[in-house]
Amino acid sequence: MKARLFAVATAVGLLGASVAAQAQIKIGAILSISGPAAAMGVGYKGAFDFFPAEIGGQKVEYIIRDDATDANNAFTIAQKMISEDHVDAFIGPSLTASDAAVAPLANQAHVPMIAMAPYEYDPAKQPYTFSDAQPLPLMVSVVFKYMQQKGVKDIGYIGFSDGWGDQVLAATNINAKADGMTVLTDERYARTDTSVEAQALKLISVHPQAIMMGNSATPAALPVVALRRRGYKGEIYGNHGIVSPAFIKVGGASAEGVVADTSPLVVYDQLPDSNPIKPVAVAFMADYAKKFGAESVNPFAGYSYDAMLLLQNAIPTALKAGQPGTEAFRVALRDALEKTHEMIGVSGIYNMSPTNHNGQDARAAVLVEVKDGVWTAIR
Amino acid sequence: MDLFVFLALLQDGITTGAIYLLLAIGLLIVFAVTRVIFVPQGDLLAFGTLTAAALQSGTVPGTLWLLDGLSALALIASLFAGRRAALRGLVAWGVYPLLVTLAAIFLAPRQSPVAAILLALAIVTPMGPLIWRFAFRPMGDAPVLTLLIVAMALHFVLTGIGLVLFGPEQASAPTITDASFDFGILTVSGQSLAVLGCCAVLVIGLSWFFGTTIYGKVLRASASDRLGARLVGIDAGASGALAFGLAAFIAGLAGILIGAITPLSYDAGFDIGLKGFVAAIMGGLVSFPLAAAGAVLVGVLESLGSFWASAYSEVIVFTLLIPVLVWLSLRGGSTEDRA
Repeated sequence: MKARLFAVATAVGLLGASVAAQAQIKIGAILSISGPAAAMGVGYKGAFDFFPAEIGGQKVEYIIRDDATDANNAFTIAQKMISEDHVDAFIGPSLTASDAAVAPLANQAHVPMIAMAPYEYDPAKQPYTFSDAQPLPLMVSVVFKYMQQKGVKDIGYIGFSDGWGDQVLAATNINAKADGMTVLTDERYARTDTSVEAQALKLISVHPQAIMMGNSATPAALPVVALRRRGYKGEIYGNHGIVSPAFIKVGGASAEGVVADTSPLVVYDQLPDSNPIKPVAVAFMADYAKKFGAESVNPFAGYSYDAMLLLQNAIPTALKAGQPGTEAFRVALRDALEKTHEMIGVSGIYNMSPTNHNGQDARAAVLVEVKDGVWTAIR
Repeated sequence: MDLFVFLALLQDGITTGAIYLLLAIGLLIVFAVTRVIFVPQGDLLAFGTLTAAALQSGTVPGTLWLLDGLSALALIASLFAGRRAALRGLVAWGVYPLLVTLAAIFLAPRQSPVAAILLALAIVTPMGPLIWRFAFRPMGDAPVLTLLIVAMALHFVLTGIGLVLFGPEQASAPTITDASFDFGILTVSGQSLAVLGCCAVLVIGLSWFFGTTIYGKVLRASASDRLGARLVGIDAGASGALAFGLAAFIAGLAGILIGAITPLSYDAGFDIGLKGFVAAIMGGLVSFPLAAAGAVLVGVLESLGSFWASAYSEVIVFTLLIPVLVWLSLRGGSTEDRA
């Protein structure tokens, strides 16, 4: 009897020792590296090459998986990461639909996750979900403040006939109301449309002082070209979805003067020295651009990098509460993330609270303008 | 809506309608001869735009390597199919791609718009027969539905290949002319006149081809009675390849024409093809004049719809199908019967 007890005790002891030896922080990253969102996924993934191998004196293992731009895949991957890999935190997913799929799992298993796509949720119901991508109304509000300075009173809206067009319109309506502007018309087109002549004619016929666009990537150049060709003289504003060199390449001379908001990281070298984000962004992007080329500057790498910074900031506090791999550690990590205060990232400055799990403010958006064929920061 | 806006919308609608007309013609030819609903035609359209755009910017397009790869496979396959097939295969899948490849590598750095357009057509056109050779010919007399499912699958394959070869961004094809003309209050761009001109030339050319040449008559014979055509010694494989080649040429041309007006991305072709399909359906998948009328109707309706209710312009276009389908089904007769 005694011998058996001894054997069990030894076994338990050995087991404990082996757990202690394995105690390293495991971070699961779910990214859309292939599929329709691949162009962004490449940016999200690139940042991982510059993550520290050790945080708070603990080894960190980053497990990166591709959901192929499919929320169902993200769900399965998250399940596996929780039950087999026993991850301590999630970075991502990088797709809004995947965020929505993974969030219930993460909250049930008490694994903090930092969503990297604009994702709307209630922190009270999903206490383990955080997000480091700028909420759309925040980004659009910066554009509207600028319009207000310019004395714009009425605007015409043109956007995609999909979810993105709806979201930007909603943000546009909220901000227009707050700033005392009128939205005269709501025109829509599909990403794959071959002509927006009709929509451009309609916009011009209501004589708006300025036009706000709810579109993204190169198809966003379509209405700009059509409006300018039809002789529209007013200002054209866009959102961060259009800020890429490809937009200017397709838009050509018509793109000149288009104003949009973007993540500070995108114009990291043009930020004023007084901006606290500048040194952090320059330090990260210098390495990133050296490895992937000057053309590779993109906001998405910044969201991955900020997720890591947020975790790096919170992990030392959490380590006091428990070993990595335990629930105590994950709960403490969540609590620490929620107390994030004035943390400077490359996409913004974070101040979290129980009701605000994003924590960014207007400093997370800078205005840019197409000048001589390049996106130039407006000071 | 004043007269100017109406005329501008009409002009825009007719230009896009002409593109839908081209695609409807391609769909009709392929369907009549092989009973395949050629869904991937839209992807070939995008290939046309992006190939011309790549050549114009001085790079050798990825579609060239796709052509070379598929041709090599077809060449190997033809070597095992008897001496005559081997000889024909050597010319079609050996010498031709070699010449196109050399021409592309030599001409791409010169960035000439004319060379870019001609080479893009030379690269995209053989994709039709190659698709026929590998996807549809081995299926023999499969039912229309099976052929449609394969066509749908091919569309996804080609879209994926398009993303790999050209990346996610849009690109513009070189313009044929930069001129613009004033007609009273309306300014019409030379490019949209070029679209209409090319469309007219193609329609006249095709009617001559079907009316007088032996190959045109072969296609018509296969279209009117497949079994009968085979009984009198018409090679079903060759007529299928010819039909697919014509459709691919038309798709490539449409891509180059529309791509100069609006930039396209790798996945833009499907929607355009679908609207061409709506026009073809209006012709009951048999009548060219009705399909032409349908194409112009779709274009103008889309343009007017975009002006009045832009969020619903696609809904309006595709709703048009319902009355047409009701009428076709009331008139009776399944397309399957003719096969």
